[in-house]
Amino acid sequence: MKGCDRLLKYISRRLLYTLVLMLIVSIAIYFIFDWLPIDPARLNCTKQCTPDIIEANRHRLGLDVSVMEQWWRFIQGLFHGRVYTQGAECPAPSFGYSFNRHECVTGILAEAFPITLSLALGAFIMWLSLGISLGVIAAKNKGKFLDKASSVFVLVGTSLPTFISGILIVLFVVLKFNIVNPLELGDWHNPFIDPVGWLKTFFFPCATLALAYAATYTRFTRSNVIETSSEDFIRTARAKGLSEKVILRKHTLRAALAPIVTIAGLDFAGLLGGAIITEGIFGLSGLGRLSVKAVTETYDLPIILSTTLLASAFVVVMNLIVDIAYAFIDPRVRQS
Amino acid sequence: MSKFLEVKNLSVSFPTEDGVVLAANDISYSVDLGETLAIVGESGSGKSVTNLAVMGLHNPQRTQITGQAFINLESGPVDVISAPTEVVRRMRGKTMSMIFQDPMSALHPYYSVGDQIAEAWGLYNSGSKRDGFARAKEMLDLVGIPDVDKRVNEFPHQFSGGMRQRVMIAMALVNNPSLLIADEPTTALDVTVQSQILQLLGGLQKEFNMAIILITHDLGVVAEVADRVCVMYGGRIVENASIDETFYNPLQPYTVGLLNSIPRVDKLGSHRLSAIPGQPPSLINLPRGCAFEPRCQFASSVAGNLCKTTNPNLDEKSTDHFARCHLSTTQLHQLLAKNESGAK
Repeated sequence: MKGCDRLLKYISRRLLYTLVLMLIVSIAIYFIFDWLPIDPARLNCTKQCTPDIIEANRHRLGLDVSVMEQWWRFIQGLFHGRVYTQGAECPAPSFGYSFNRHECVTGILAEAFPITLSLALGAFIMWLSLGISLGVIAAKNKGKFLDKASSVFVLVGTSLPTFISGILIVLFVVLKFNIVNPLELGDWHNPFIDPVGWLKTFFFPCATLALAYAATYTRFTRSNVIETSSEDFIRTARAKGLSEKVILRKHTLRAALAPIVTIAGLDFAGLLGGAIITEGIFGLSGLGRLSVKAVTETYDLPIILSTTLLASAFVVVMNLIVDIAYAFIDPRVRQS
Repeated sequence: MSKFLEVKNLSVSFPTEDGVVLAANDISYSVDLGETLAIVGESGSGKSVTNLAVMGLHNPQRTQITGQAFINLESGPVDVISAPTEVVRRMRGKTMSMIFQDPMSALHPYYSVGDQIAEAWGLYNSGSKRDGFARAKEMLDLVGIPDVDKRVNEFPHQFSGGMRQRVMIAMALVNNPSLLIADEPTTALDVTVQSQILQLLGGLQKEFNMAIILITHDLGVVAEVADRVCVMYGGRIVENASIDETFYNPLQPYTVGLLNSIPRVDKLGSHRLSAIPGQPPSLINLPRGCAFEPRCQFASSVAGNLCKTTNPNLDEKSTDHFARCHLSTTQLHQLLAKNESGAK
C-alpha cells in the first residue's frame, strides 16, 4: 500500500502543477490580447463613433481596467459567476459573456463541446483499432503482399490532407449515395437519445480524421512490433514453449504498444481542443469552428480566451493521465 | 547405446544478399543425462546457431537446416529437426530448456518474475495462477534467491545481474527439463558471480539428472564444469574430446592456441600469454582447405600444401578423441616440443 500512497501523492502534486500552469496560461492569453493592435471597443462602435461611445463600450466590455484586473475578474467569475452592466448574469462557472452573441460563454461551450468530443472520441476509437490492427498485420507479414498493401494505405493516409479527403468523402460518398441529407449535415443528435442520427452525423467526419491518424499509427505499430519481435525476451518466450499467438498477444504487443499510449493520449487531447478543418467541412459547430469564428469574424475575446484555455487544459490533463497510465503499464516507471 | 541428445550432421545456413552464410557445418555431438558438454569457440564459430537449431528457435523462413538431432525420450527418439514445429514447441520448456547470455534483456521488463515463471509452469501444468506463483517461489528458493515471498512479485530491473540469471535458471527448470542449453550464461556476469552460477548449475544437474550443453568462449568456465568439450571454429567442430584430453593433450592447433591464450597458474613466469594472430574466417566463402589454415602456425609443416587445398576430416586421433587436422599426433607433439624449447 506504500506504492499506492506514493502514487496518490504524485497525482496530487501533478494536479497542483497543472493548476499553476493553467493560471499562467490564462494570464498569458490576457496579455497577448492586450498587446494586439485591435480594439474591441472600437469594433463594437457604429458609424457615428465618438470617443464617448468608445469609452462607454470599453466600460461595457470590461476593458477599462488593467489587464491583471480583467484577468482577476475572469478567475472570480469561474467560481462565483458574474453580473454584467447590461443586466446579463452568468452563474458559476462563468467563462465570461459574449457581447456578440448575447450569451454566457459557458452555455456556448456546453453546446459546442459534445460535438467536438463526439468527433474526437469516434475518430480516436476508429484510428486506434484500424491503425493497430493494420500495423500488426503488416508486421506479421513483413515483406509480403499484406505488408505492401498496408504501406500503400500509410502513404495515402499520411499524404492526403483532411481538407481534401474530407471534401472527397462529402462529395463522393455522403452526397452521391444520399446517405445524409445535405441540409442535415452537421446536425447534432444526442447519441443516447438518437444513436442512428448521431452516427449519420459523425461517422464520416470521424472517418476523415481517423484516416489521417490511422496511417501514422499503422506505421508506428508495424515498426514497433517488428522491433520488439527481435528482442531477447521474445526469444525467451519462444524458448519457454509458448505458442506464437500468446507470444504476440501477451509479450510482443505489451511492449510494442506501450509507447503508443503516449502519442495517442496527446493526439486525442489535441483533437479535444477542436478539429478546425474537419468541423468546417462537415458543418459541425464544435470548439474548432467556434474559435475560428471568434478569431476571424467577431473578435470575441471571452470565447477565444475560453477555447484556448480549454484546449490547453485538455493537453495538460491528458499528459497527466498518460503519465499515470504509463506507471501502470511499465513497472520501471512506477519505481521512480 | 544411444545418448539423450544426439546431433548428427547438422548444418545451418542463412541465405543473405551477399551469399549463403554457412553458420554451422556438419556438426555432430551427443550428450547424456547427468553429463555436461561444453561447446567452445569464438563469436561466429556457430556454437549458438547449432543449439538454437536444436531448440527449434530459428526463423524457418530465413534459415536452412539439414541433418538430424535426436532426443531419445522414453517413448522413442524424436528428430527435432524434421519434427513438426508444434511437436518441437511442446518439447521446449518441458524436455529441453535454454538460458541466455544477457539475463536483463532476456526477461520481459513488464512482467514480474513470478508471473514469468508461473507462465512457463502453467504451459505444462494445470493449476491456478496461485499454484503457479507457489511453484515460482519454490524455484526461486531453489536457485538461491533470498526473501522469495517479496521478490516473487518484483520485476527484472529490480534484480542484480547474477540474481536475474538465477531467475532465468529457475524459469528454465520449472518443468524439470532433461536437457538444459546454457548459452554463455556467465559471460555478462562478474567473475565471483560466475562461479556461483556455475556451482548452482552443477548442483541442480546432480539433483535433476539433467544433460547440460554449456556454450561458452571461456575455457576457465569449461574446466570448472564440463565432462566433454567440443571446440568449434568457422562453423565446424575441430576437436571433440573429454575434458582431460582437451586440456592436457589437445590435438588441434586451434585448441592449442586457445589454451595458450589463457593464463595458467602452473606455468606462471615461464611463458608469455600468446594470442592467435589473424581474424576468424568469413562464413560466406569458406576456404577450400582447413578454415584455420591462414592463422595456423603449423600449416607450413604439412607436406604438399595440403592445408590450403583439402579440409581435414574430424578423425579419431586416439580413443574417443576426435580432431580435425592433417598433422598426426606424433607430428603435432614434435612441433609443440620444438616450440617449447625455442621459447626457453
